[in-house]
Amino acid sequence: MHPSTWLKTDNTGLFCEPGGFYIDPMTEVTTALVTHGHADHARAGHHCVYASKETLAIMQTRYGEDMAKHQHTVTLGETITFNDVSVTFYPAGHILGSTQILLEYKGFRIVVSGDYKRRHDPTCPPFKVVPCDVLITEATFGLPVFKHPPIENEIDKLLHSLRVFPKRCHLVGAYALGKCQRLIIALRDAGYHKPIYLHGAQLKLCDLYQQFNIDLGELIPVSEVGDKKTLAGEIVIAPPSALSDRWSRSLPNVRTVMASGWMQIRARAKQRNAELPLIISDHCDWPELLMTIEQVNPKEVWVTHGREDALMYQAEKMGYKARALSLVGYDEEEQGGD
Amino acid sequence: MEAFSDLLEQLYYTAGNKAKAQLIADYIANTPDPDRGWAIAAMAGTLRFDFFKRNTVKKLIAEHTDPQLFAMSYDYVGEVSETVAHLWPHSEAVSPLPSLHSIVDTFANVAKQQVSKTLADYLTMMTPSQRWALLKLGTRGLRIGVSARSIKQILADYGNKDIKEIETLWHAVTPPYTQLLQWLEGKADKPDIENAVTFHPVMLSHPIEESDIDGFEPGMWQIENKYDGIRVQLAVNTEKTIQKISSDNTEESDIEKALFSRTGDDISHSFPDLLEHMQGNMVLDGELLVIQNASEEAKESLASIAPPKVDTFNALQQRLNKKKPAKSLMQSNPVGLIVYDALVLEGEQLTSLTLQERRKKLAAWIEHKKIPRVFLSNTLEASSPQELRQLHSRVCANRSVEGLMLKRLDSTYVPGRPKGKWFKWKRDPLVVDAVIMYAQRGHGKRSSFYSDFTFGAWQGEQLLPIGKAYSGFTDEELKKLDNWVRRNAIGRFGPVREVKKELVFEVAFDAVHPSNRHKSGVALRFPRIHRIRWDKPANEADTLEALKQLIER
Repeated sequence: MHPSTWLKTDNTGLFCEPGGFYIDPMTEVTTALVTHGHADHARAGHHCVYASKETLAIMQTRYGEDMAKHQHTVTLGETITFNDVSVTFYPAGHILGSTQILLEYKGFRIVVSGDYKRRHDPTCPPFKVVPCDVLITEATFGLPVFKHPPIENEIDKLLHSLRVFPKRCHLVGAYALGKCQRLIIALRDAGYHKPIYLHGAQLKLCDLYQQFNIDLGELIPVSEVGDKKTLAGEIVIAPPSALSDRWSRSLPNVRTVMASGWMQIRARAKQRNAELPLIISDHCDWPELLMTIEQVNPKEVWVTHGREDALMYQAEKMGYKARALSLVGYDEEEQGGD
Repeated sequence: MEAFSDLLEQLYYTAGNKAKAQLIADYIANTPDPDRGWAIAAMAGTLRFDFFKRNTVKKLIAEHTDPQLFAMSYDYVGEVSETVAHLWPHSEAVSPLPSLHSIVDTFANVAKQQVSKTLADYLTMMTPSQRWALLKLGTRGLRIGVSARSIKQILADYGNKDIKEIETLWHAVTPPYTQLLQWLEGKADKPDIENAVTFHPVMLSHPIEESDIDGFEPGMWQIENKYDGIRVQLAVNTEKTIQKISSDNTEESDIEKALFSRTGDDISHSFPDLLEHMQGNMVLDGELLVIQNASEEAKESLASIAPPKVDTFNALQQRLNKKKPAKSLMQSNPVGLIVYDALVLEGEQLTSLTLQERRKKLAAWIEHKKIPRVFLSNTLEASSPQELRQLHSRVCANRSVEGLMLKRLDSTYVPGRPKGKWFKWKRDPLVVDAVIMYAQRGHGKRSSFYSDFTFGAWQGEQLLPIGKAYSGFTDEELKKLDNWVRRNAIGRFGPVREVKKELVFEVAFDAVHPSNRHKSGVALRFPRIHRIRWDKPANEADTLEALKQLIER
């Protein structure tokens, strides 16, 4: 049976009728399968949640232990069933605990890939190519202008800036879940072993990463620094919303750095008032999207949240049937943490 | 090329003039000739030719990428150069890249049919940000927020010279400015510019004080209208003898006539109608205005006899910043020059003469030459402080005049702003009570505070934006306003916050003009916040109708 008859979108999200569950629903539902912990995919208050153990831990950290009445840990690669629908979670390579979900029903296989990327990420296993009839892919960076440079290049820019402006506090805007930790690890890999200072919003999730044995080195909350002047020449990481906020005014001689896939576009970087834009993303760039479609080689590609037009056009050019799947509520950046 | 591209990249993202100046100074200090001179030319807008046309770039990318994908990308990115820089599909990195000089040189000499191929080869060698730099450079479209004036200041600081020296030299030297730069570093002689047409730094006035008016002594002052145009300097030398063959200074410019703004920017290209008739060897100081009878008089060479019919500043504004003005625009808005001083006449330097002597020579010269579109500024009389005040209010009734100028008859022409020599007495500003509608964070010292405001006037129940302003607050007020915006924001458009329509500003401005660009149909000239009316209810602010009553003529 063709998936378009049993997997549908409504105002709450993506609903699998025969299985009776939603995937990444926006509002409280009876049964939710959650691909990863970003706030626009993982909401609190469901009756029953299925997700990876890391994702459940992230949700508990954010929403409290009782974020859902029943919390089921899934094992990646193991199939579970909902009525006649078989469900298997596979790694997506997006952030800690991120997954894609394979649904099998009446001879059809559909993969909901969630948010994913194909680059190496030390905090999660790599994206697995899962053969299927229909691939639902995101298109956050679904334009050929988006080609993310290697993360090492971007980290070099930051370290170079620290050498050129040794008296300026380098305030880096990075989303609290995923981006922040990846940035810290990349800095450590590049040989930066000084303490890194954190805005309050980053603390809990960094602690959580460390509980999962991901070494982030010495981290110090900015609130524990008595004399803020001592932060001159140091790296402070804060959520993007705090960059131009009152909070940042206590920091000495700030150089505004912003880590995001959007930073590739000058106007976007300017809008953010980023003096030093770092192109670091937890999503696929254009070549990765095309590579994934080729490798998965589905019969159809459904494209969601992002610049669908270009990716659909390209998928059709490559010989795949393509359609847009409009899902509500997935915020490009502010929530989603690209 | 790498260093230039890095510089542009950093300038693009760096806020604040000081930081930008620092980056440019570092670049100049660390980059060899002639590359750095070409970079300066690119930033100051003195490159003489486009390397390639925008159309060449568009055609080239259409040949190398899928047009649909390009269109979708361009729609998102919003700028051709950047879209091309990212989408260029070929990459064979070359290190090091050819120098900036060799790229300039290549495009200067390449055959027309080879331009596109040459550009393609360069794009293939480069990273996206280097491609962007090349495309911006090649179409002379650098927008890095550094004015030509700032570049001159940076050069002056670099060589520890007075900016006036740079301004004087600037138009007499050409890129890549090798001798100029080496002179700044003490490694070469100052460029010789004796015969060149160049900008002479101008003499400026102080705002008049009450005590100056009270102490007014008749007979000591030349009184003139303060015209509402732009101050310009017309420099002409069509009588250059070709005698500088021994020239080791190959960078000397061969320009015969030029029109400069008061800060020394060359604005000749916008006013070919004024320049075409100029002959001789002179430097005139005057006001550029739209003068309605200028062109018709030109035909009959009667210009200096009939009084000029001066149009509004708004009419002049349409002529400013046009790279190549349309013929129809030059006919509908013909420009002319009202001359009030002369630095050079018939090749003779006059700056050490008194104003009285200069004026006598200037009047006789204009009378004799009858140059089309050139008028002598008329002088006014007052025999007491009281008469002077009366004169001021009479003059200000005429909206094409901005007030009065008072200049000491015994003053020599001194560049800069010498004390007690020249005064300007502007008319009182107009004011309107307007309601703030939108706020945006400022830059530099105002950054992170909401300090740029859009305000509107009432049309019935609706507020229509009439202008934008950011100056006129104390630091204390700035904090209070920032706080008010945060508490009263109701919407967001990118960096712009919409606020509750509750707070009234008293906005001062110099004039109001009709405008098709704004929904309100009006545009204010030089609006600034005069007072914050915390006390005034928004519904008592002014109406658009009341504002329209103030439109000139």
